[in-house]
This record gives sequence, structure tokens and C-alpha cells, in this order.
Amino acid sequence: MAITVPRPKLTWSERFYLPQIIGGMAITLKHFKNMLLGRTKVTMQYPEQKWDAQMPDYYRGAPALVKDESGRVRCVACQLCEFICPPRAIKIAPAEIPTQDRFAKVEKYPREFDIDMIRCIYCGMCEEVCPEQAIFLRKDYAITGLDRAEMVHNKEKLLELGGVMHGVVLKWNEKK
Amino acid sequence: MNSITFLVLTSLLKILAVVFLVILPMVSYAVYAERRVSALIQDRLGPNRVGPAGLFQPIADAMKFLLKEDYTPAHVNTFYYWLAPCLAMVPAITTIAVVPFGSTLFGVPMVIADINVGVLYVFAIASLGVYGIVIAGWSSNSKYPFLGGVRSSSQMISYELSLGLAVIPIFLLVGKLRLTEIVQYQVNHGWMILPFAGEWTNPARWLLTIPMWISFAVFAIAIFAETNRLPFDLPEAETELVGGYHTEYGSMKFALFFLGEYAAMITGSAIIVTLFLGGWHFPGIPDGSHGWIFGLINIFVFFAKIAALLFVFIWVRFTLPRFRYDQLMRLGWVFFFEIALVNIFVVAGILTFSPNLK
Repeated sequence: MAITVPRPKLTWSERFYLPQIIGGMAITLKHFKNMLLGRTKVTMQYPEQKWDAQMPDYYRGAPALVKDESGRVRCVACQLCEFICPPRAIKIAPAEIPTQDRFAKVEKYPREFDIDMIRCIYCGMCEEVCPEQAIFLRKDYAITGLDRAEMVHNKEKLLELGGVMHGVVLKWNEKK
Repeated sequence: MNSITFLVLTSLLKILAVVFLVILPMVSYAVYAERRVSALIQDRLGPNRVGPAGLFQPIADAMKFLLKEDYTPAHVNTFYYWLAPCLAMVPAITTIAVVPFGSTLFGVPMVIADINVGVLYVFAIASLGVYGIVIAGWSSNSKYPFLGGVRSSSQMISYELSLGLAVIPIFLLVGKLRLTEIVQYQVNHGWMILPFAGEWTNPARWLLTIPMWISFAVFAIAIFAETNRLPFDLPEAETELVGGYHTEYGSMKFALFFLGEYAAMITGSAIIVTLFLGGWHFPGIPDGSHGWIFGLINIFVFFAKIAALLFVFIWVRFTLPRFRYDQLMRLGWVFFFEIALVNIFVVAGILTFSPNLK
């Protein structure tokens, strides 16, 4: 059923229109004046001011490989992240650890570890699936590059972004 | 040097100085001012990156427009498509020729062409500006530009009438069409809407300001409509017509439409200042015959008044919503036309019964 919406009763000054225009212009002028005097709070000026300090620990930025305190690259090239990655951004080339190495029992290490940051969707599945606590989503969010090749993070870049992670389980250390 | 060569040389100098040193920089900085003022009104900051406080933004914009590909769509009527942006820009700048932008400087009158049909020339040339829009809309061979062009022409016809009728009271009072003499009259007798100079103690003068204010309001609103500014920007109404008449345009050709609109705003403000706000006159400051420094101050005062009016243009644009098309037509034909017409009789009556006004 149709509803008849009652029209508002306009006063004489509202019907005359000009006083209303002047009222509206007074409002905009007030905003203009408050901006000029710096009384209005405006948006953060991004490249100069950043929100990085207030970023929560669970922020999902660029994925990165981490080393532990003893300087070992924690990734064991199990390729679970490569399989789980929804946009298939990760590419791992595993290689064998030589027998004389301290961590020879780990057997594999990533010879190459590439994450295509054009494909990455920052979902954090790689971090979730990793049995070795080797890949983490850090707080880097401004990932830029001038060509596609530059947007592929190789192993060195990923380790540089990741740095050293403290407080992770050191399950491959010798028994004490 | 004989007088003809002197006239030609000074005129050339004035044209170059006014167009390239004043109008074009003013146009580009009007665009900047529009963006900054609108931002401040809307609690934003606006362009503030290029140079100090974003002051080099117009240069960056110009570079962008010049370096973009100048693309002509395949479905347009090429000749008129190319002609239209020029037609949008040229009348706006040509109008400034008869406007006195200062008193005198070193004895040279500060007006490019002091012709005795001044205001008629202004109306004749300013209404040519609609051709740019109509031809752009038609030659683009596309729905939205066409609607924009049609709207523009009907809007122009509706408001040209009240524009013309609104200035008649001034000519009843002054008796001349020459713009320099209208300014000189205001110097001697006080500004049309604020008679603080000359015979400001005369009560009849103040009685006359009432119809003059009505004239001023009608004229200013008609100038808003003529320059296609909000709340009358129906020809380019983004929300309904995509971009209006310049939908199919890009790069420098679009920039010419854009600059044409702002140049029309500046010339419109110049006409308002000349007719109603005393032109280059400021109470207490003598004209250029008392020394070149006063001549310079007069020029500065004139452009300061224009800048103030441009601020009002921007301020109104970011306050008022757009009119519906029938409201626009009703306003033009039913209200402003009649108000301007009655106003003429009011002024004529006042002039008849108070003969000491002339």
C-alpha cells in the first residue's frame, strides 16, 4: 500500500530560499575558518607520519624467513607453504645439507626461496602451516618495485626482512 | 614617436601583460585555489605536495595535460571537435579587452580597448562562449555530451535576459555604456552598491542602493549561470551526464574547456567589479594621475576585488547543491526576469523624483 509522506511545512524564510543559502554558506565558512586556524583534525599525512608504532603484533605484512639465535635459517624446505599458498606465490628449490654440517640430520634446506609479492595476498597461510616456525608475516606493508623481477623476493631479501626471531622452539639443537 | 605607433605599442604591451602575466596565471591559480578552498571547506587538506604548500601544482597540472596523448575518438566530427575547445577559451579572454583594470599608469589608460559600446561588447562576446559548449556537445556524437550542450544553450538563453535587464538600472543612472565612464561615475558618486565615496551623505543615493543590490544579486546569479558554475552546472552535471559536454575530450583539449570556464569566471567577476563594486577604485586612494605608485595600487585593488569574488564563486560551489532542471528554468524565467524588469521601473521612479542624483 502506498504511503503518503507528509510534506514538511516550510516557513516563510525557508520558502524564500535566500536566508537558507546564507545559512548554508555560514556553515561552510565556519569549516573553512576552522581548517585555516588548525582546529579541525585531518587525516594522517602518510609518508611523513606513519602508524607503524601502533601496529598490532598480529599485523599481516610481507612474509619473511627468519633465523634463530644461533643464526640458522629455520626453513627445512618441506614445501608445505608452497602447497598451501592460495595464489601460488611461493617457489622453493630444496637442496641437501652436506653430512659434515652441524645440522646434517635436518637433511634439507631451501637452495632458493622466492615469494612473488605481486601474487602474494598476505593471507598468512604459510605462517600457519609452517611446522618449523620459519616463515612469519612481518609488519612491512610498502612493498614496491619498478618491474616484475624486482617484486619477487628471493631468499636473501626474505632473510633480510625476517631477521632473527627470538623465543622460537629450537628442536634441531643437540640434546644437552 | 607619433600617436598611432604609441597607441599600437602600448596596446600590445597591455594585451601581453594582461593576458600572459595576469589572466593566465590567475586562471591556473584559480584552479589551485578551487582545490584548496574546497578541501578546506570539506575538512581536507587538498593538493599540498608540489612545492611549498602545493603552490607549484598548476605547473605540474599543465605539464600533465601537455604531455598526455592528444586522442581524437573515431566517431566524432573532427573539425568541430577541434574547434570547440578554442571557442570555449577565446570569448572568455576576449571579453577582458574592454574592462578597465586600472586608472592610468604613466598617463596611459589601463584599459585595452576603451570603446563606447563597452557593455554591449561584453554581452555579445560572452554569449559566444555557449558555442564552444554546444559545438563540443554536438560534434562529440555521443549522448551525454549532446544533452550537456542542449542544456547549456537553453540555460544561456534563460539567463542572458536577466543578465541584460539587471544592468539597465546602471545605464539609467550613468547614461553611458563605456565601462571607463561607469567606473569614473562610481569614483565620483560612490560605488553602485556601497556609496561610501563622493556624495555619500545624500539619502537618495542610499535609497538607490536597494534596487542596486537587487540588480547586483540578479546579475551575479546570472553570471553564475553563464559560467556554468554550481548551482547551475547542469551542462556538465557529473552525477547525471558523466562529464557533460566534455565527456569525450582529453588532454589539452579538455584543459582548454577547463581553463575557459575559469577564464569566464574571472571575466565575469571583472564585469561585476566594474559595474557594481567601483572597478579599480578604493576609498581614499587617488587615481594614477597622482603618481605611478597609485596607478599600480589601483590595478592591484581591481584584481584583489576579482580574487575576493572568485573566492565567493568557489565558496558557493561547495555549499549549494545543483538545481533540478525545471527549477533552473523556473528561476530564470519566472523570478529573475520579472525581478530585473520591475527593478528597472523602480530605479526609473527614484531617478524621476530625485533630480539631484545625476
